[in-house]
Amino acid sequence: MNEAAQEPCHWHYDRVIGSDPALSRQVLDEMLTQLEARHWHQRDIFAIHLAAEEALVNAIHHGNGSDARKNIHVVCSLDGHRIRIEISDEGPGFNPSTLPDPTNGEHLQIPGGRGVMLMRAFMSRVEFNALGNGVVMEKVRKNDGR
Amino acid sequence: MPAYQRLEVTEVGDVAVVRFRSRRIVDDVDIQEIGTEMFSLVESDKRMKLLLNFSTVDFLGSAALGKLITLEKKMKAQGGKLKLSNIKPEIYEVFAITKLNRLFDIKEDEADALAAF
Repeated sequence: MNEAAQEPCHWHYDRVIGSDPALSRQVLDEMLTQLEARHWHQRDIFAIHLAAEEALVNAIHHGNGSDARKNIHVVCSLDGHRIRIEISDEGPGFNPSTLPDPTNGEHLQIPGGRGVMLMRAFMSRVEFNALGNGVVMEKVRKNDGR
Repeated sequence: MPAYQRLEVTEVGDVAVVRFRSRRIVDDVDIQEIGTEMFSLVESDKRMKLLLNFSTVDFLGSAALGKLITLEKKMKAQGGKLKLSNIKPEIYEVFAITKLNRLFDIKEDEADALAAF
């Protein structure tokens, strides 16, 4: 189960990986290679890189508790003007609405809790599933109006 | 001054100027080691003036921000001063979104930062 080019402009990627940062690095590198090949704007690439990185780190560490036996499912669709990334783990999930605002007062000095905020800021759309162990993120290409 | 694997540390007057050897500060192991070396500058070397020059850094994530926040706390507890400089626009956006540009003293370039100590 791996990527299959459907037409030159489209790229679909579907892969299950273990909770291993080296494997998530491979996933990210493939994603970034595809964006660069399609000449996406560097700021968009940075944004997608950051959001996907944060989501994968969350899945490995917070979701699967860094347990290499637990898997992460990554589905990515890329067309001419939009990328959609779906990342889910085998953890118990969490409620994103209960996360403290890391920019608020004393929270500013607490080291953790910024990943989800950055994902929301850098992507056009970020939605968690009901259980909170899966996230769907979309980014509309900069030249297309965002 | 001890040798650092992840950082390049030079002295400009009484300021320790730190550059990062990694272009991307995202890998767990990298971040842990960078954190350990940065904290050692404060806790072992007792540096009172620290400038982090980000000119070599193209990418960093929230885990790296966490280490910087802890470093800032350690410096403050010791009565020292921490400044950041040469942050690329995309990375500065990360600091701005998280409002950490209010927590850290960020200067345009190394000369500005050195002059501000």
